[in-house]
Amino acid sequence: MKKIFLTAAGFAMLCRINAYAQVMKTDTAKKVFSLAEPPSTADNSGYQTKPLRVEEVNLVSSYYLQNGNHSAVTGGIGTEHVTDLSNGINLKLVWTGPGQHKNTIDAGLGFDHHTSASQAFINKSGASSTGGSRIYPSVDWTSENEKKGTSFGVGTYISSEYNYRSIGADLHFSAKTANKMGEFGVKLQGYFDQVRLIYPSEFIPTSTTTTTGGATVITTASGRTSTLSADGSETKSSIPSSPRNTYSASFSYSQIINPRLQIMFLADVVTQNGYLSLPFHRVYFNTGRDTIEHLPSSRFKLPLGFRANYFLGDRIIIRTYYRFYTDNWGTHSNTINLEVPVKISPFFSIAPFYRYYDQTAAKYFAPYEAHAPTDTYYTSNYEYAQFHANFFGAGIRLSPPKGVAGWQSLHELELRYGHYQQTTGLASNVVSLSLGFK
Amino acid sequence: MTKHLIKLLIALLICSLTSACVHVREYQKNKLNDAEMALANRKAERNELNFQSYREGASGANAGKTGGGCGCN
Repeated sequence: MKKIFLTAAGFAMLCRINAYAQVMKTDTAKKVFSLAEPPSTADNSGYQTKPLRVEEVNLVSSYYLQNGNHSAVTGGIGTEHVTDLSNGINLKLVWTGPGQHKNTIDAGLGFDHHTSASQAFINKSGASSTGGSRIYPSVDWTSENEKKGTSFGVGTYISSEYNYRSIGADLHFSAKTANKMGEFGVKLQGYFDQVRLIYPSEFIPTSTTTTTGGATVITTASGRTSTLSADGSETKSSIPSSPRNTYSASFSYSQIINPRLQIMFLADVVTQNGYLSLPFHRVYFNTGRDTIEHLPSSRFKLPLGFRANYFLGDRIIIRTYYRFYTDNWGTHSNTINLEVPVKISPFFSIAPFYRYYDQTAAKYFAPYEAHAPTDTYYTSNYEYAQFHANFFGAGIRLSPPKGVAGWQSLHELELRYGHYQQTTGLASNVVSLSLGFK
Repeated sequence: MTKHLIKLLIALLICSLTSACVHVREYQKNKLNDAEMALANRKAERNELNFQSYREGASGANAGKTGGGCGCN
């Protein structure tokens, strides 16, 4: 079913690209990658078509540093030291076809590399790898009817790292109200993940070798098998994995209230099923014995959000966000975000921000050596603990008309720093740089 | 502290909804069209949203991802 959907989505996109390519016979290959505004051509109906062009390129880089002392790998105790260097590029391609349909392709590629001190303790001796990389390409196509104020699109996404793979797809639709003061949006998403079953070293079986019908089968500690046939050929299997699926429907409605105020309501309905634990998270019972985290195989989440942005005077903007969240694992939370960009000039702003977050504990959470062996479900992952958190920092944004530092193509620069502190003791710092090219 | 902030936001919400919406014409939208007024996350916020969804139990309703990826170490 998943393959059929992805194939159909990809085929539909190719058909549309080819259809417009045939309409615009005067296009040259050079124009496809031109950052300059290409010439338009008018069809018989009087509408203007515009050939495919790169509208915008965005680069985002972040460095994240975290410290804490409640790692889930070591059962709710032990170092949570993590560093993460993340880089992403997004390419926005647009063209206008007959009938004033504006088409946009948003293609992205992200790459993260992290080091995690606790990851070493998947092996009890602390000898396992402390680093890993993740790569995540994505493509999204949207067709917008500017006359009617409607848009429709599809997207797909892949994420791959050593212990986790994810494939996602979405359909999205939006429509403006008749007076163009409001807009309704809906997005249906599905993520089809595979969790590699990498267990803590004390729970993996010892390597075994068996001989059947002349073939020798070696089962390694990770569960991977290697079969040596009598003719000398060798076949290897991958580490076993377990599926985790996420389905969500996201709804939004935005409304212009007056020339200075606009608001938005957001609601997601999310359901997950499959292997929702992580195989390398330990739990220590009150008997001192340890085991592997065990969580239910389904979860239902309901986050509801509200945004309101207000332009105060000529220089100050107030950006607010509130979210209420609840799920059937017993976690309820509130998130409040306030950001106040101050325009030093029309092209330069400084934006201090503050975010408050609180949550109740999931009913399956208990700290180190607090769970009883009779519990049906158990975790010591502090993601599910009761806590509140503060996140604050500031950002600057530059968008001079002649380009940043006189470089015409670099039309926007954003630099942000934030400090995050949880009442569990976890603290982190993150710095991000975003560059926008046109 | 939290309860007061929530009450303040609810009050703002009610005020927003009860005050009649004014029809804003295109030429009156210069402030609404300012990049800082966008009802969306900043591009530079992308990785902040990622780490928050990994370290906190709640996620969603912020135009970010609702699933996929791991970030679990």
